[in-house]
Amino acid sequence: MLDWWLPENVSTYGRDIDWLFHLIYWITGITAILVFAAMVAFLVMYRDRPGRRARYTHGNTTLEIVWTVVPSLILVVLTFLSVPAWSRIKMQAPPPSDLAVQVLAKQFNWQVTYPGPDGKFGTADDKTLLDEMHVPVNKVVHVHLRSQDVIHSFFVPQFRMKQDAVPGREITQWFEATKPGKYELPCAELCGFGHSGMKGWIYVHTADDYQKWAAENLTAAAAPAADPQEPTKDAALAAATGGTAKR
Amino acid sequence: MSAPTATAHAHTAHDHHDPGFVRTYVFSTDHKMIARQFLFLGLIMMVLGGILALLVRWQLAWPETAIPGMSVFLPETGGILEPSTYNMAFTMHATIMIFFVIMPILAGAFGNFLIPLMIGARDMAFPLLNMLSIWVTATAGVIMLGGFFVEGGHAAAGWTSYAPLSSVAAYTGVNWGQNLWCISLFIMGIGSMMGSINYITTIINMRAPGMSLFRMPLVVWSLFITAVLLLLALPVLTSGVAMLLFDRTLGTSWFHPSGGGEPLLWQHLFWYFGHPEVYILILPAMGIASEILPVFARKPIFGYHAMAFSMIAIAFLSWIVYGHHMFVSGMNPTLGMAFMVSTMIIAVPSAIKTFNWLGTLWGGRIQFKVPMLFALGFVSMFVIGGLSGIFMASTPVDIYIQDTYFIVAHIHYVVFGGSIFGAFAAIYYWFPKMFGRMTNPALGHLHFWGTLIFFNMTFFPMHIIGVGGQMRRIYNPMQYEFLQHQQHWNVFMTYGALLLGLMQLPFVVNFFWSLFAGRKAPLNPWNSTTLEWTAPSPPPHLNWGPTLPTVYRGPYEYSDPEAADDFLPQTQAPARAGARARAH
Repeated sequence: MLDWWLPENVSTYGRDIDWLFHLIYWITGITAILVFAAMVAFLVMYRDRPGRRARYTHGNTTLEIVWTVVPSLILVVLTFLSVPAWSRIKMQAPPPSDLAVQVLAKQFNWQVTYPGPDGKFGTADDKTLLDEMHVPVNKVVHVHLRSQDVIHSFFVPQFRMKQDAVPGREITQWFEATKPGKYELPCAELCGFGHSGMKGWIYVHTADDYQKWAAENLTAAAAPAADPQEPTKDAALAAATGGTAKR
Repeated sequence: MSAPTATAHAHTAHDHHDPGFVRTYVFSTDHKMIARQFLFLGLIMMVLGGILALLVRWQLAWPETAIPGMSVFLPETGGILEPSTYNMAFTMHATIMIFFVIMPILAGAFGNFLIPLMIGARDMAFPLLNMLSIWVTATAGVIMLGGFFVEGGHAAAGWTSYAPLSSVAAYTGVNWGQNLWCISLFIMGIGSMMGSINYITTIINMRAPGMSLFRMPLVVWSLFITAVLLLLALPVLTSGVAMLLFDRTLGTSWFHPSGGGEPLLWQHLFWYFGHPEVYILILPAMGIASEILPVFARKPIFGYHAMAFSMIAIAFLSWIVYGHHMFVSGMNPTLGMAFMVSTMIIAVPSAIKTFNWLGTLWGGRIQFKVPMLFALGFVSMFVIGGLSGIFMASTPVDIYIQDTYFIVAHIHYVVFGGSIFGAFAAIYYWFPKMFGRMTNPALGHLHFWGTLIFFNMTFFPMHIIGVGGQMRRIYNPMQYEFLQHQQHWNVFMTYGALLLGLMQLPFVVNFFWSLFAGRKAPLNPWNSTTLEWTAPSPPPHLNWGPTLPTVYRGPYEYSDPEAADDFLPQTQAPARAGARARAH
């Protein structure tokens, strides 16, 4: 029942996660069915009836060994099967990137910065968008994730991607989308009264569409994007924390 | 607090000098009175925690509509929960349920009641410290309730209170609410330390003659291990909330990067306490189930030693699994891999326990009395809660389900399906000994079936919407396009939650009706073997007459073919002179 409810997967490593999910789903599902079947059978067979006496036994060492070793083996196998996906997604230096963006999370927006035509962050031609990110399909995208205030979590359900954004550090994540479309980017970590509704959109374009979009929006000639750095609330928060994290 | 009514008849002989009303019912040093006080504290707080849960459920099913009856408390919104109030509601629901319901009932009430009675002691090792423990805990409870009445509302950063959201007032707009939250938990931690020192000392030093460690009932084992975990885990939380309070009020920077602090430090401290805490909540319930299943299956517990050692294993492992709460927190992923290994390992002792409970049922003569139903409910729900944990143990799968309703489902199967079912089983089972009267079985059956069915109606679909991606702690799922198609589940679960709340009424009626008008309980209504059933119902001050019981055998001697009755009390001397005590 559960596994029909996964949203469509559109990332390369999402397949690994879904495969493990289904494996655990079947292992735990079958275990649950066997345990409940045994339990119901025992409850029916050994219900109190006149003239019957319970079996007098304190246990069985062979059974104890079996039901210690078998679950251990299953869990060890599961651990070994989980290692490659984890290390591919979170541990190994992410594959060479086709596109890198900076994402600054703050109450209650995602601020997405492109390096602009010079390919460098922190220069005058950087372009910053609010709550939207545009990426090409079938390309490795690096996300340099930071937070300005509290902990947020960058969650893209269809990419099976989640990473907390922690003030004071920059965490680099990656994804490679496999299907053009428009995907929601909610915040998954409680970040204050505006947590619910803190979301952006990720637009996955075909290669041509992405070129077109980038030419229109990321080149120096394009109209400057509205500066999302603003209101007094951010300033107040920055003051409260003694300035935001810079590292 | 509310104990006087409970035990008007508890106070019987043996007191040569009457200590007076206040020393008997309020500032009592009798472990049984303190147990009753903890029980009432927990049950009263459960009403509040439950109402907060229903507010949360209402908002999730019918977002931003007026909640019936709430316009009195929220006049400015006409009874609609605003996002900040919603955050406060789920924060306080969890805080109250964990710290002021489950811990007081399982560790506080049943720890106090059962330990001396089941090991054959007249009271706790430090009765005065014991009294301080309940009153310190009650003070913490009052301070926690005070947070609802301060400007800015109560804490709203989740029960986990992740810094810096919790450590800077401007981020939530909550000022004194969060401060009181810290102060209350700080004081609660001190109360819990007093209790745990008492439990450990009592169990080590005050066992009756013949009560060797491996003749102790498993519930005493579970409470002993719980006390060790409490002693070692709670001080970490206590220090953590003190640091949080200092960040908030004194300008320190433990958790602020701008001052050289580290937000993840809070998570390390919190979960270093928080994961053993989960076992603090579940171990006593495991002990309770291990106590009740043999009685109503009329069989010795299957694998007594395996049961005791698996609890010890859980206690050891619980210190090295906490990082599984932080797989996507930014913690070094290599460390995440180590925590995955330990988390997978900790599933093994839980599996051992489940199979041994099944083994106890096998070949039994099972009587479906109300305590047994709740114990069976505990085992079944714990199976689901335990298995769903394996999804999170696998780090890649956890990337996706972390912070979704799948986690919410998991924790509720463990702490409601587990701990609360265990608490109900214990209340029905020991009520005759605690209050000297029997409960009503018909109301008990109604309570059990209603709770079981509507519990599953409320919490099982959380797995489904969690797999669908619904994040926990969001105010309105309809704000997200990818969640809208499963909103009908939220409505379904809220109906389940309302009915689950309704089905607690038979319990309330049963509890109070039985307290005053229940049938007088005999000495040993369930034909049990353990020591508490040799003391009068309810036991007087100092529990037994002039001589303490002597223990000759293990705690689960049911249906021994050589015995006339189908149970051999621990106190019954072996029939033949010099015969070896049969068990253990």
